[in-house]
Amino acid sequence: MFENADALLLARFQFAFTVSFHFIFPAFSIGLASYLAVLEGLWLKTGKPLYLDLFKYWLKIFAITFAMGVVSGIVMSYQFGTNWAVFSDRAGPVIGPLMAYEVLTAFFLEAGFLGVMLFGMEKVGKKLHFAATCMVALGTAVSAFWILSVNSWMQTPVGHEFGANGQFLPGPSWWTIVFNPSFPYRLVHTVIAAYLTTAMVVGAVGAWHLLRDRSNAHARKMFSMAMWMAALVAPVQIFAGDMHGLNTLEHQPVKVMAMEGHFQSHPDGAPLILFGIPDSQANVIHYAIEIPKASSLILKHSLDAPLAGLDTVPEDLHPSVGIVFWSFRIMVGIGLGMLGLGLWSLLARWRGKLYDWPWLHRAALVMGPSGFVAVIAGWVTTEVGRQPWTVYGLLRTADSVSPLDAPAVGLSLLAFVVVYFTVFGVGTWYILRLMNAAPHSHEEGLEHEPAPVRTAGITPAAGQLTADDREGA
Amino acid sequence: MDLTVIWAIIIAFAVFAYVVMDGFDLGIGILFPSFKPGTERDQAMNSIAPVWDGNETWLVLGGGGLLAAFPLAYAVILPATYPLIIAMLLALVFRGVAFEFRWRDPAHRPFWDMAFFGGSLVAAMAQGMTLGALLQGIEVVDRAYAGSWWDWLTPYTLLAGLGVTAGYALLGACWLVWKIRGSGQDHAYRLAIGAAVATLVLLVAISLYTPFVEAQYFRRWFTMPNILFASQVPLLTAIISFLLFRGLLKRQEAMPFLLSLAIFLLGMIGLAISMWPYVVPDSLTIWDAAAPHRSQVFMLIGVGLTMPLILAYTGWAYWVFRGKVDEAGYH
Ligand code: HDD
Ligand code: HEM
Ligand code: HEM
Repeated sequence: MFENADALLLARFQFAFTVSFHFIFPAFSIGLASYLAVLEGLWLKTGKPLYLDLFKYWLKIFAITFAMGVVSGIVMSYQFGTNWAVFSDRAGPVIGPLMAYEVLTAFFLEAGFLGVMLFGMEKVGKKLHFAATCMVALGTAVSAFWILSVNSWMQTPVGHEFGANGQFLPGPSWWTIVFNPSFPYRLVHTVIAAYLTTAMVVGAVGAWHLLRDRSNAHARKMFSMAMWMAALVAPVQIFAGDMHGLNTLEHQPVKVMAMEGHFQSHPDGAPLILFGIPDSQANVIHYAIEIPKASSLILKHSLDAPLAGLDTVPEDLHPSVGIVFWSFRIMVGIGLGMLGLGLWSLLARWRGKLYDWPWLHRAALVMGPSGFVAVIAGWVTTEVGRQPWTVYGLLRTADSVSPLDAPAVGLSLLAFVVVYFTVFGVGTWYILRLMNAAPHSHEEGLEHEPAPVRTAGITPAAGQLTADDREGA
Repeated sequence: MDLTVIWAIIIAFAVFAYVVMDGFDLGIGILFPSFKPGTERDQAMNSIAPVWDGNETWLVLGGGGLLAAFPLAYAVILPATYPLIIAMLLALVFRGVAFEFRWRDPAHRPFWDMAFFGGSLVAAMAQGMTLGALLQGIEVVDRAYAGSWWDWLTPYTLLAGLGVTAGYALLGACWLVWKIRGSGQDHAYRLAIGAAVATLVLLVAISLYTPFVEAQYFRRWFTMPNILFASQVPLLTAIISFLLFRGLLKRQEAMPFLLSLAIFLLGMIGLAISMWPYVVPDSLTIWDAAAPHRSQVFMLIGVGLTMPLILAYTGWAYWVFRGKVDEAGYH
């Protein structure tokens, strides 16, 4: 099996698979951790039990999501060595320390305070508990900070020197490396993406329960909060994405050519290709539907500005236009969809029918998983668009790979696919079951379940086993 | 002191912290099916539920730290032990989610219990065999692993895998002796004695085997003046083992766990004697593999600032969950 396959291709596929799967969980847990902090803060401020109920409702879902994020994340920290050994050796001196900082400042922080957040309300009191929730939320954000800095350095490498042994060595300033040119944009765009992803999920769960019972106060509150988020943050995200794109045009113009589908150069105003079928053999977009000069307007803020196309770049440096072109459109399309949903909710609010407009609720339900699709599409755009480089312009993907036999990579890929789909599939099923239960007053926390949910982190252990658990299994 | 040496010590510390802390978690997993479903298993699981994720984070520090401080070693060891690493990672997926899923889905609890057991067992074996593969030497040509993907599989690595597995079982059983009571505790005492015997037999076997795997080890242990210092390690191990058995027979509670930690510490020292100053024996010294000075300094600042805090809240977590797990008033 796999004897004739290409080890490089399999390694790329394996990395893409494991990291995409991993990112699904942070995309939700980064947003949800902050949402939980907001809910608890509102509860402390207003004293309304409704907020506490919502907090406990989402806490159970957070616990499972987080556990899956942890186990899939551990895989990632070893994938660099197993699949990209040469890259690790070469780039290790620069990216390694940043990832070590992530462990020291983020992962230990999350693990340390998670238990109190999940189970410690009665142990440590409200204030300290709120502090723990904030710490976990902070930990997820800090984690995003470092890992995105690493990824951004790979996209826009600066601040390094070259060693005689071929290694990238850190230059005099770590500041330059950490705050490399694409990092601020990527950080803002990705963290907002996590918030929007969470808002879509929360909104969909609220909508689902509103469709069943419009009077459910808890469902109303979560739906309303999520729709504010969509209405306010989706436009910000589109703006951030636009800025990000302009930055990319400056530093990775070839990626933008692929996103835009510009095979040809346009000396006097490039069209915006809305849809079409890219053909990398013939270097054309078939059946293109385009708006003349609009691309120059967006990217250069001038109708007649010239834009270079892929014809100015040697073919072996082209990323896969078909993938990048489409993944970019999926992301942007979903972003516009989120904006539409947000505007619709504003209209509904204005007309006083936010909770009585089943079509709005159905739309929110459909948009529930859209954030996950958008973030994966966004990453595919970013990463495939970087090809054929791992460190842009400096180290090729083909020169980064581990000296492994194709069967080794192929079999492990197969194992990852099977295990991830079953284990995380089951976990997702448990989450959906929790979401299907209507939120209500006196929501049970994790402490009061028949048996506490044991998750990644500090959980109060026994002493909480109830009678029926003792008879157990 | 040379920063490279400091970094070798830091990485060794992270690995040791991981081995003993996740060691007892995995050990409990390995022994899990021998506990009765119901109270015994729930107690066993609950005794580590509060701390397992923090414990596992040391693995991330060990791996991430190796990449950062000794990138070449990371780039050589992982491809050389590729199937072992993948097996360990997948096993840890099962082990990790079992904590959660077993409570979420009582109907399938027996399945997740088996996942917990299987995940722990495979992870322990894989870790021990990785250590064995490292000790028996890795072929390096031109800054890269130069062997094939099954080179690691030898009788020696199997022995090392069994040794680590038995050692983890010992840690796990002693932890349970300390943390639970009732029929589960009685069972843990019996398991601890069995695991201690197995661990010591395997430890002796590995110690006798190792000097013949590579000539360099023989020289380190059995030439003057090394032998004077090195011989203290087996001597101390013998004394501690005696105390351990005595403690278990006298039904001491906390002592056996502390003594089994001491056995691991001696194992670590023995390892250091064999390997120093190599990170990949016979191929790469720590200086060959070290990251440049600037990387070392930058990270050392980070470790200096955060490690005290990390140790403080890790200690606090253990403190919060001190005492027997089945005592009321836990929350
Ligand atoms: C933008 C955010 C983001 C991105 C791009 C990544 N991660 Fe991640 N990761 C997180 C955000 C995050 C998180 C929010 O911090 C997680 C998710 C759930 C959790 O437990 O922490 C996490 C968990 C997590 C863990 C487990 C931590 C623990 O033990 O608590 C590891 C080892 C990694 N990640 C490593 C990686 C690597 C090597 C990545 C790159 C290939 C990566 N992550 C991409
Ligand atoms: C979590 C979000 C991420 C997703 C969804 C993602 C997605 C992908 C995809 C789809 C590929 C395959 C591209 C191809 O081979 O054509 C890839 C490759 C890669 N990515 Fe990412 N990535 C993410 C984050 C990161 C981060 C944070 C890093 C670095 C720290 C990173 C480093 C790499 C490397 C080393 C490769 C392999 C080389 C390559 O094939 O380009 N990725 N990623
Ligand atoms: C509709 C407006 C949007 C625009 C114009 C836009 C623009 C972009 C661009 C240009 C990139 C690639 C940057 C690069 O690699 O250099 C990108 C990446 C990405 N996008 Fe978007 N985006 C939009 C909406 C969204 C939405 C709604 C989400 C998710 C909810 C999202 C999530 C992401 C993610 C996770 C990445 C990869 C990380 C990164 O490079 O920032 N985007 N986006």
